[in-house]
Amino acid sequence: MKSLLKYFKGLRVACVLAPLFKLTEALLELFIPVLIARIIDNGITVGDRAYILRCVLYIVALGFVGLLFAVTAQYFSAKAATGFAERLRNAAYRNIQGYSYTQLDAAGIPSMITRLTGDVDRVQSGVNMTLRLLLRSPFVVFGSVIAACMIDMKSALLFIGTVPVLAVIVFGIMLAGIRLFGKVQAYLDRITKSTEDTLSGARVIRAFGSEQREAAHFADTAAALAAIQKFTGRITALLTPTTYIIINLATVLLIYTGALRVEQRLLTQGAVVALYNYMAKILVELIKLADLIITITKAAASAKRTAALINEPPEDTAEISADAAYAPGAPLLEFRGVGMTYRGAAAPALENVSLTAEAGQRIGIIGGTGAGKSTLISLIPRFYDYDRGEILFCGVPIAALSGGALRREIGIVPQHTVLFSGTVRDNIRWGKSDADDDEITAALTAAQADFVLKKDGGLDFMIRENGANLSGGQKQRLAIARALVKKPKILILDDSASALDYATDYRLRQALAALDYRPCVFIVSQRTVAVRDCDQILVLDDGRPAGVGAHAELLKTCAVYREIHDSQSPEEAAQ
Amino acid sequence: MKKNNSILRRVFAYIGRCKLPTVLSLLFSFISAALMLFLPVIFGKMIDLIADGQADIQSFPPLILEAAGVIGVTAVFQWLQNFLNNLITADIVRDIRTDAIKKLEVLPLSYLDTHPHGDVISRVVSDTDTLSEGLLLGFSQLFSGVTTIIGTLIFMLGINVKMTVYVILITPLSLFTARFIAKHTYAMFRRQSEAKGALTAFINERLGNQKTVKAFMKEADSVAEFEAKNRRLTGYAQRAVFYTSLTNPVTRFVNAVVYAVAALSGALIVTASGGAALTVGGFTCFLSYATQYAKPFNDISSVITELQNALACAERVFALIDAAPEPADAAKAHIDSAVGKIEFQNVSFSYDKSKPLLHNISFTAEAGQHIAIVGPTGCGKTTLINLLMRFYDVDSGDILLDGVSIYDLPRAELRRQFGMVLQETWVKNASIRENITIGKPDATAEEIKNAAQASGAYNFIKRLPKGFDTVLGADYDGLSEGQKQLLSITRVMLSLPPMLILDEATSSIDTRTEMLITADFDRLMQGRTAFIVAHRLSTIRSADRILVMNDGDIIEQGTHASLLAENGFYKDLYESQFKNT
Repeated sequence: MKSLLKYFKGLRVACVLAPLFKLTEALLELFIPVLIARIIDNGITVGDRAYILRCVLYIVALGFVGLLFAVTAQYFSAKAATGFAERLRNAAYRNIQGYSYTQLDAAGIPSMITRLTGDVDRVQSGVNMTLRLLLRSPFVVFGSVIAACMIDMKSALLFIGTVPVLAVIVFGIMLAGIRLFGKVQAYLDRITKSTEDTLSGARVIRAFGSEQREAAHFADTAAALAAIQKFTGRITALLTPTTYIIINLATVLLIYTGALRVEQRLLTQGAVVALYNYMAKILVELIKLADLIITITKAAASAKRTAALINEPPEDTAEISADAAYAPGAPLLEFRGVGMTYRGAAAPALENVSLTAEAGQRIGIIGGTGAGKSTLISLIPRFYDYDRGEILFCGVPIAALSGGALRREIGIVPQHTVLFSGTVRDNIRWGKSDADDDEITAALTAAQADFVLKKDGGLDFMIRENGANLSGGQKQRLAIARALVKKPKILILDDSASALDYATDYRLRQALAALDYRPCVFIVSQRTVAVRDCDQILVLDDGRPAGVGAHAELLKTCAVYREIHDSQSPEEAAQ
Repeated sequence: MKKNNSILRRVFAYIGRCKLPTVLSLLFSFISAALMLFLPVIFGKMIDLIADGQADIQSFPPLILEAAGVIGVTAVFQWLQNFLNNLITADIVRDIRTDAIKKLEVLPLSYLDTHPHGDVISRVVSDTDTLSEGLLLGFSQLFSGVTTIIGTLIFMLGINVKMTVYVILITPLSLFTARFIAKHTYAMFRRQSEAKGALTAFINERLGNQKTVKAFMKEADSVAEFEAKNRRLTGYAQRAVFYTSLTNPVTRFVNAVVYAVAALSGALIVTASGGAALTVGGFTCFLSYATQYAKPFNDISSVITELQNALACAERVFALIDAAPEPADAAKAHIDSAVGKIEFQNVSFSYDKSKPLLHNISFTAEAGQHIAIVGPTGCGKTTLINLLMRFYDVDSGDILLDGVSIYDLPRAELRRQFGMVLQETWVKNASIRENITIGKPDATAEEIKNAAQASGAYNFIKRLPKGFDTVLGADYDGLSEGQKQLLSITRVMLSLPPMLILDEATSSIDTRTEMLITADFDRLMQGRTAFIVAHRLSTIRSADRILVMNDGDIIEQGTHASLLAENGFYKDLYESQFKNT
């Protein structure tokens, strides 16, 4: 968390001025009881009206100067807190951009989003409160005790006794509250999950007539939450009454011992009133301090989570390395005994894969779920790094090339289609930021996505968040167009035609075969029909290659391939 | 205002369920506020026992006892009031949430399909919280605030009328400044939350798809866009934070002025009357009232904002609870176990009434027949299923099951006749066992295991940390789509309903696994009327009848062989699967 201190750079003046002004304000406030004591002892007793007026004017003047100091303090504090939050967000977001896929997997995307939003907000209010109050409240408490000591040492002993007792009670109850609050939060999470289930499962729940059971189950959780809330309430409800008892009993004692000392002529009436006023101040400030400690604890936890995001060294920056010395005549892409194990996994996801791909070739990758198909292709753009063997791009090991250098040569259509809110043109330009309308139209046509040209606005048609106003098949075709517009040397289709009907899928395959820049196309699928006309097909089974070759050859030599094929088209096999 | 009244009435109806605690809470808050005000009077009397240089020590003990008694009783009532408030809010939230969920179970699917889930969830979870806490604490603070103000005024008047008038005259100053600040803060807060909304939406979209951002090397562009949005937010946030933080110092200053006026007038009165009109004790006591007198006014203005916020949340929550449920079941006819004959008679339907979807569809599925539905995306396949299950009701025409209109049957009875496996799988955050037994809660362990073996799900279930008792979402979070689909199939294998609906039921299962479970699947289908939607023509080929749909019409129907012979749309569709380039 200390590492975050550097983001205060440039805000240091504000960070010093805010508490400084705040302390001055508190100091001014501490004078008021003294002034009231003066009014009683020197003004009222003697009957000096001018003296009284002067003291009252001092009170107003102190209030006004205090106001100016406080406003200045709040300004600097707001500036420091929001400025710090902005820098944290920027630093975190920037650092995440350099995360490799492995790092993204480890951090978890929902968690990163929370850290960038809710956590940073909590840090902001923590910084703000700290600057304003962390010094002020103890200052007022100790200031009151010291002021009491200066008025009368013996009466001040009561203060010295009361403050720690109050502090223990206030902080004790608050801490117990925090712990219980954690439990309440856990139940709230369950309520949220349960509601989500009810919404997303509406069809299934109704199909099985399980509505009432689901509602009853939810009611149980809601009741459990209410029970723990009541328990928590019983404890936190103690705070006000106990502190009320202590501070007022102390006040009674204070006045009584004060009276005894007045009789011994050791103290004046005004001094007793001043002591009484100081006592009243202490409670207010202690409760503020306890609130503040809670805010700071939460903010510190949040700051820690955000710091982890910033301090993780990025493994994959987008920088493009200097042009490598590509070997002329070397194959476009070559796998030599490649193996890969995901971080934290027990078994390798991929073992001993060898394959050579040339420009213009079509390479099929086939296998069941979890066979390693997606892993294999995610090694090509260096989304993940292999740990065995070697992959060569134009004769150069890709470990020597940056992710950026590779990715500009590669067009990818991921298994899970992602489009962004914005126009069709904006989305296609993700592939090539300066593509003109002709290039975009050509890519859309080849991807069988020209349907979009007929929509309202054509290329200006607005795609909603997550492509919500398009069907699954339409999204896939736009994603293919987005990959084609950059005219890549390597095109990767990761099960990208799964939502397409057969007729469209067929036309797409024909259009890809006719591309004039002859990309090497990797087609990943579970279906033999999707890869049967590929130049080479790599059959994967549980992470290991089960065979490489053309369709007809594999049918003869590769048992796994034959099984997959037979399971999909029994009639065809019979012919 | 009228709307607010009706919302308030709804809230009071919930509060009314805990009538006694509510009345007690208000009573206790009244008692403790009054006693708290009384305490300074005793302190004042005690201070009056001290004159310069002498103190009437003998008179102290009864006052001390009185003070201790007041303190003790106040504390007890304070605790009781806090405790009761907590009890009431917890119960009200529980009741409102439970009502909301019960409503979700009976709302028409069209409501759930058209309302964003995140919005509904926030109504059920966070709005109810804000509503109950805001309203109840708001009311209780409002009540004790008003009690305090009136009580303070009475006590102050009791001490000295003139001083009280002075204090009352300055009060508006405090109110005006508070309102002035609140007004300016509000505008800035709105801009801040707009800017924050824009930034959060950006983060959700971009960071949510960070892998795609990386694949297209959009990192630098994203950073630039992010920083611009962040800058805008910070500009508004800084001002919003500053403006709100003005409230405290400004009210502190106003209070200082009130205090000064009270001190001046008080001191002068004491001096002028020589302690007859006002004693020093009375003066001290008055000063402590003057400090707390202004506070409830500030509290009340913040309570009113809180109440408004709570009312806004209440409106959202009640909009959900009051949404029209599905029309009541007709229950003119009953069915125990269907034979399985389904007839569509001139059915027309559309989701958006301005865009017709299905027009005048008629067909008959005899008992035990397997009907495959094929056609391009968006042709209406899934809609047929929505109608069969009565997730949606037809606009015109009728659907008959064994000769009885499905609209004459109770929905639950109709739905029980179908086993449904959808492409979009659903598992809930509960144990594997609970997930499987959703259609048959009383299934024995033996039945569950057999069903899981038949569906092929047993292979992965046995490898999970706690087998059938593994709680999804808590013990294990990594089920693949294919595994979820196997669980969905297990549900149907367990409950064995007379008819089946399979919408891309095996789309996420790899074909070899599919082949392994074929025998059990065939046995399941045997003798049951089944409606099958699939892209894989191979799974459709063996159907008794194929309905070819396009643009909301059934354009061809027949067997695989007869449709191929027809040389039409189906033939094109079929051939594109196998044709080589």
